[in-house]
Amino acid sequence: MIIKLFKLVGPFAENKDIAAEIRFKKLIPAMDKHKNIILDFEKIEGATQSFIHALISDLMRKYGNEALDKIQFKSCNNTVKSIISIVVDYMQESD
Amino acid sequence: MKIHIPNAVWLGNIDPFLKTFIPTNSDKLKITFNKKWMSIHPMVLSMIAALGIKTRPSKIECEKLEAKSKHYLKRMRLFDFLRISSGITMKEHEPSGRFVPLTQIKDSAALTRFISEVTPLLHLEPKHAEPIRYIMSELIRNVLEHSKSKYGAVVSAQYYKKSNTVRIGIADTGIGIWKSINQSYSPKNDLEAIRLALTPGITGTTRREGGTEQNAGAGLFFIKSIASVNSDFFVIYSGKAMYKLLKRRGKKITLHADPFEDRHSKKNNLPAWEGTVVGIDLSLDTTQEFSLILKLLNGTLNEAIKERKKARYKKPQFI
Repeated sequence: MIIKLFKLVGPFAENKDIAAEIRFKKLIPAMDKHKNIILDFEKIEGATQSFIHALISDLMRKYGNEALDKIQFKSCNNTVKSIISIVVDYMQESD
Repeated sequence: MKIHIPNAVWLGNIDPFLKTFIPTNSDKLKITFNKKWMSIHPMVLSMIAALGIKTRPSKIECEKLEAKSKHYLKRMRLFDFLRISSGITMKEHEPSGRFVPLTQIKDSAALTRFISEVTPLLHLEPKHAEPIRYIMSELIRNVLEHSKSKYGAVVSAQYYKKSNTVRIGIADTGIGIWKSINQSYSPKNDLEAIRLALTPGITGTTRREGGTEQNAGAGLFFIKSIASVNSDFFVIYSGKAMYKLLKRRGKKITLHADPFEDRHSKKNNLPAWEGTVVGIDLSLDTTQEFSLILKLLNGTLNEAIKERKKARYKKPQFI
């Protein structure tokens, strides 16, 4: 499953309500079915830590390492890569 | 309530201004001004506007403006927030490239719209626009999620050509940091609550390491870190306490999980602000690449969590 984020959040991914909606409606059902997920960040210029946390932290808690095995992050610029890495490291350190 | 605008308030000298604020009689607001000249940080403007929107216009007493710079207050839409006539007539300027006038944001969708409009308003290069957009989004979202204020957040910003700095102010009249943090922790006073709020991994919504699915407890730490890396001022004022991150000395950049380990000043006996106010400066001359800031931040964040986890480890009992 590919989720094109630009269509949903625009060039700056900061709206946590939309992140939660994507998580509930798309990511959790896909994880429950053990599907592979591609989060496509094409055209996304930036993202907040809060947005990425709202998008994936719950999945990391619920599904453990499987979440990182199943989810791939596509077309991320350096800033977005850094933010995703921070959230992923942070959640792994926290558990 | 009484508030007096002196001739010049910026984050470096904001303490005397805060000391003169009188919060009693909260249904009335009296505003007085310096007679000659006023140069006001957006934090101050946002504070006055936040007080203005919760006070009935008939209960607002605003001294007649005489200072030369009075047009600035009109242009920043202060009198729209106070809902009183300024008596000042002026030609509206195209705001692009100079300032973000006072704006009230009450919900998530309004914040998203505001963020999409704010970068073009300040006409900045991506290197500068990126942290500004980030800071505004995270601070305003904090207000929407934690302040419980029906008036939301009041934000304003100004570009200062002389210092090549963007100055930002965000104010709310909600529950304040102590009440918010006190839902999960027990800070002994407002200053301790601010200290906890600035510490990574600590959120009022849970005591669990890593936060909840919606709150990581790292937002304010990120913003303080952006200011620290760029050697900029960052002020947070809530209840009777104020924490001010001072400019770094020397070239070595070290981020600290405990805000009291950063170069700072603090007060715990100021007139009580019901809610939270944040002011931040971003010097465009010293702005580092945002990805570099994030790299530095990652290490500090993980160290902080490791240390906190280690502090909770049970020790073997040797007998």
